[in-house]
Amino acid sequence: MKKTYKIEVDCANCANLMEEATRKTPGVAAATVNFMTQKMNVEFEEDRDPKEVMKTVLKACKKVEPDCEIEL
Amino acid sequence: MNKKQKKMLTRIIVSSAALVILNFLPVTGLLRMALYLAVYLIIGYDILRKAGKGIINGRVCDENFLMTVATVGAIALAVYTGSGDYNEAIAVMLFYQIGEFFQSYAVGKSRRNISALMDIRPDYANIERDGKLEQVDPDEVAVGSIIVVQPGEKVPIDGIITEGSSDLNTSALTGESLPREAHGGDEVISGCINMTGVLKIRTTQEFGESTVSKILELVEESSSRKSRSENFISRFARVYTPSVCIAALLLALLPPLGNLLLGRVPGWENWIYSALTFLVISCPCALVVSVPLSFFAGIGGASKEGILIKGSNYMEILSQAKVVVFDKTGTLTQGVFEVSGIHHNEMEDARLLEYAALAECSSSHPISKSLQRAYGQEIDRSRVTDIREISGEGLIAKVDGTEVAIGNGKLMKRQDVAYADCHSVGTILHMAVDGSYAGHIVISDIEKPGAGAAIAALKKAGVSKTVMLTGDAKAVADKVAADLGVDEVHSELLPGDKVEQVEKLLAEKSPKAKLVFVGDGINDAPVLGRADIGIAMGAMGSDAAIEAADVVLMDDDPMKIAKGIKISRKCLSIVYQNIVFALAVKFVCLLLGVIGYANMWLAIFADVGVTVIAVLNAIRALRVRKL
Repeated sequence: MKKTYKIEVDCANCANLMEEATRKTPGVAAATVNFMTQKMNVEFEEDRDPKEVMKTVLKACKKVEPDCEIEL
Repeated sequence: MNKKQKKMLTRIIVSSAALVILNFLPVTGLLRMALYLAVYLIIGYDILRKAGKGIINGRVCDENFLMTVATVGAIALAVYTGSGDYNEAIAVMLFYQIGEFFQSYAVGKSRRNISALMDIRPDYANIERDGKLEQVDPDEVAVGSIIVVQPGEKVPIDGIITEGSSDLNTSALTGESLPREAHGGDEVISGCINMTGVLKIRTTQEFGESTVSKILELVEESSSRKSRSENFISRFARVYTPSVCIAALLLALLPPLGNLLLGRVPGWENWIYSALTFLVISCPCALVVSVPLSFFAGIGGASKEGILIKGSNYMEILSQAKVVVFDKTGTLTQGVFEVSGIHHNEMEDARLLEYAALAECSSSHPISKSLQRAYGQEIDRSRVTDIREISGEGLIAKVDGTEVAIGNGKLMKRQDVAYADCHSVGTILHMAVDGSYAGHIVISDIEKPGAGAAIAALKKAGVSKTVMLTGDAKAVADKVAADLGVDEVHSELLPGDKVEQVEKLLAEKSPKAKLVFVGDGINDAPVLGRADIGIAMGAMGSDAAIEAADVVLMDDDPMKIAKGIKISRKCLSIVYQNIVFALAVKFVCLLLGVIGYANMWLAIFADVGVTVIAVLNAIRALRVRKL
């Protein structure tokens, strides 16, 4: 399943770091963070609840960039 | 300005005022130090916090860490040497924050500008209820509803006009500035702006499936497909920051230690200062932000011209295009057949055409359609009886009781009718009326008016070879190719042969030169996929084309191909300029830092100054109208 989330991030490098962190989160099959449109596309592995996975994703992202926001 | 930026601006103003006042206050000793530290914390607390978090999370060596080490180091030096000069540490932090502020403002603003340019999303749809217009969310409009579009409003959903006529401005979709007329019964696509009259439209799609949503989706997805330059930059940033940290550490330790060994004054302060400067210079921001921003601006500019490029990677490949392969029908020619001549006829032209149109009245083949169009009058089907189709030859029918045979030479032979061969290029329809030869009609696909100029423009844009592939007869293909100035022609190809031809061309060219295939997107999906870049033309409303191609031209003007290539070249040259400029300035400053000529001010310029210049340069990629 694929979902798009609105994000808020200030710098392009931070967006890259968020993308990396999201990809490494369990339950995420693929992810791209688009700094320009301030959007995050996440593809979830099958049988995973996106809501649960996104909680961990948000935590992981906050770790690399404390200022970031993901609208869940 | 958003909330974060406003807060930052306040902090910048407060701390710079405080710094100036502090320099005139006659305080000394510990109180002085405490006051300066307070100002330092006002301007830099978030950086210190982020640096601390970074260390806890095992991510040292980001820019926050660099700034913290540099400024804390400068304060420590001031205490250690007893100079009491805290100004530098605070000023460095202050200027770093000012730089970051400008950068975030500039990036945010240009990001919004480009997004606004591409924003063709309609906000509402008008529905008539009890004689009153009501604005509703376009998502909630069911297929088959009647919506009302007033002058000046965007058409929100694809549909068919049921009432009213108007001029439509399609420039947001196609870049074409001439308005298009629309009347009752015409199909309209969403995203056009209604200019003159009120239109009532019966929707044929849901909002999510409408042209405008499809295009938006495509453009928004486009910057997610990263180009090689972007990947290079992110990889580079990953290696670059840690290696600069190590270099700075070496710079702080090795020379003083060397001096010690040689029995000279170690000069710790100077070398540590140099190392700190080195750290500030090293932030990779300029590169990391300006490259994707350039691509984003380029894609935005192109989409404004009706050229949708599906990703920065395609932008990059398009800029290296050397071979352009065309599918003839629908790209160089209009794909609409027209009666171009009537020869050897035994009766009046109009009468012959009338017989032909009537005989072919039940067929929807493009050739039959062209006959019906040339006839130009209402067709009375009751006059036609006994239609027999003879596959691969033509058909025989009775019109007003008279037998009419229409088809190729084989049909004439079958009917035992002597026919005259034709020297014109095109599809020849021989006709026999009542068993005797009545003449023939020549039908040909006409070239697009701008096709020749488009081929010339491609040559001028640096394309070295143009090739035309077609399923048509050799005579037709050769004539079109000669007219337009195409270098190479392959005719009488079956759809599968086209893939084979493209593969052959791919093998022939050098690996650096890229091959572009241009098709109308209808039945050439496999070829579009096989080429380095597939361009689909005239995609307004055709989902298949939007899916299959890497670059989509919203209208069918072949000139747009050359324009797309030029836009991509400009965009890529800006990307390279930014990479080279940022790296060159950084390396020069780093070098100056090593030999001790760079101070913190230069370092700040090398970081944020370069970024701002690179961002401004990136915005140039947006201006493509005159290319």
